[in-house]
Amino acid sequence: MTSETRKLPGQARKGIDGAVNSIASLADIVLEPLQRRFGVQKMAYFFVLPNLIIFGIFILLPMILNFYYAFTAGIHLLPQDRPFVGAQNFQTLFACTNFANPNTCNQDIFWRAVWNTISFVFFQVIGMIGFSLITALALNRRIRARGFFRSVFFYPVLLSPVVIGLIWKWILQRDGVLNSIVVALGGSQLPFLLNADWARAWITLISIWAQMGFFTLILLAGLQAIPSELYEAGQIDGANSWSSFRFITLPMLAPTMLVVTVLVIIRAVQVFDQPFVLTGGGPGTATVYMVQYIYSTGFDPTTPQYGLAAAASIVLGAALLILTLVQLRLGRATEL
Amino acid sequence: MTTVLGFLGRTQGKRRFAGVDLLTYLYLGIGTIIMFGPILWLIMSSFKSQSELVKFPPTLLPYSQPSVTVPGYDKPLDLYNVTLDDGTVKQMALAARVGLEATMVDPAAPTTTVKVNIKQIQSVEVMSFNLDNYTRGVAAFDFGVYLRNSVAVTFFATILTLLVNSMAAFGLSKYRFAGRNAIFVLIVSTLLIPLPVILVPVFLVITQVGWNNNLLGVIVPASATPTGVFLLRQYMLTIPDELLDSARIDGASEWRIYWQIILPLATPALAVLAIFSVMWRWNDFLWPLIVLSHKELFTLPIALNSFQGQFDTQWDVLLAMTVLTLLPITVVFAFLQRFITTGIATTGLK
Repeated sequence: MTSETRKLPGQARKGIDGAVNSIASLADIVLEPLQRRFGVQKMAYFFVLPNLIIFGIFILLPMILNFYYAFTAGIHLLPQDRPFVGAQNFQTLFACTNFANPNTCNQDIFWRAVWNTISFVFFQVIGMIGFSLITALALNRRIRARGFFRSVFFYPVLLSPVVIGLIWKWILQRDGVLNSIVVALGGSQLPFLLNADWARAWITLISIWAQMGFFTLILLAGLQAIPSELYEAGQIDGANSWSSFRFITLPMLAPTMLVVTVLVIIRAVQVFDQPFVLTGGGPGTATVYMVQYIYSTGFDPTTPQYGLAAAASIVLGAALLILTLVQLRLGRATEL
Repeated sequence: MTTVLGFLGRTQGKRRFAGVDLLTYLYLGIGTIIMFGPILWLIMSSFKSQSELVKFPPTLLPYSQPSVTVPGYDKPLDLYNVTLDDGTVKQMALAARVGLEATMVDPAAPTTTVKVNIKQIQSVEVMSFNLDNYTRGVAAFDFGVYLRNSVAVTFFATILTLLVNSMAAFGLSKYRFAGRNAIFVLIVSTLLIPLPVILVPVFLVITQVGWNNNLLGVIVPASATPTGVFLLRQYMLTIPDELLDSARIDGASEWRIYWQIILPLATPALAVLAIFSVMWRWNDFLWPLIVLSHKELFTLPIALNSFQGQFDTQWDVLLAMTVLTLLPITVVFAFLQRFITTGIATTGLK
């Protein structure tokens, strides 16, 4: 009986393996003649081809088409129906008497989105680096249940932004649990999602909550790569814990910190789904960010403005390109 | 108590338990509450009945009011604790309520009723994990359909991602051919072009291919991920070429070498990519949001999002569905936790 049950999974597995392998060897019926005809080295093209086809159609081609859209106008999606308008879309985007005051701009929501994104990036980066670093330092100590704590901080990274948005919407709503704590402490219910400043603050905090585990892991790996001999040598020289942090940990961690910082910025610039679910951009336009502007301009159900959306996405792409170049430049500088 | 403190106070090596350790545990403890609290709160709330959910202030654990069937009454009646005029407290069912007067009936003696002021009655509450939200949600929310779509997208996209990217990585790491470096640089440089930047033209391409409102439109385009090619290529570079040469001498075709030598040897890198791919596809939002507009094709995140817009107050069902959506990824994490965290720390990907 026991031997029977023990055998079955093995047999089943062998069966699946066999099936997959016979399908795989079927491919050879076509591929072997090809190989004989073109030679071993040319087979490389066959291996690269499927990837290149998908990549070309869905990434490369859209990249080129994006410029076409940015310089054409109208509500039609098909390229042949779109009249060429030169730089008009960019002129519309940049029609502004004072860039710092979105009310003076033709596309006021775009400039609100730009400023919202800039302030989001600024505060999020500070918070993200701060909390990730403290957590990584704590997890790098010789403590109990280190694996458990590491998992706890990492877990939200795996959750869908929609799930995260809903969890926090439930907590932050007017009659939510956080407001009940506020009331229990003697305050009155706060408009967490209905006041512009509160909403912005919460979106920043939640994005830190959701992603810090990822950056903590990278920083932790950086901390663990610092050779312990350095600390031992420091101890012999009479360094206390602050000075060994200041003169050993920080300088040794600097390259990792730099990579993490740029990574945080590049991701923060593209913020979209979690605020989209949590506030939908509100109250008013307080939490509309650049990607949401692109999405709602280009995919408006009644009058989609593909040209304007494409122009805005080129502005976003340019910002990302500059940030990446800075990263490469800094990366090279630290390597020296 | 002292043993607990003694246990926590023990440290590795000869170090004494210092103030910094206390601070560390304090920070990590508070951190644990902040990281897990919201998720725990979601799970607790998902077991509450509609009337419990709108209660302010809310209770931590889900409670519900039990009801009993009393002979002579059509519907089950809710149970209350009644403070009778003589001061005794008795559990009775509410038969009818007119204004401030409640007619209570003793379930044990259904023929006698007592009229009391509603101030004298208080609902009986027992802790109960109510699965009602789940059963109702699964029925009303078409959870099965969305789950099937999400599983199909995640499964087939991951298979395709592994196949297409490992083939490309094999071609780019084990052969010399004209344009090899150009192709590699081209693929990797698009790491910088995230989806939001090409949103509009991607929509055109999908429409032209005819994959609008087709799960293929979610599965195929994102399968040629530059991250995957990069990760697998770097790994395959470490596989010695001599292995391939001796296989060739034995008469193995290139496809056989890929299938029977390279793939088994690259299993660790493939596993990391598989986990990432499952994570990406299961949580994917913006791409399916653009491609799918028919309800019956929605994946779970899209469905959850549309549900919150449609019925802003239907939190009971929504919370239960949110829990069901985060469950699979949580189970995967619970089993592969060590593997995932080391995978990320070494590759620096997400």
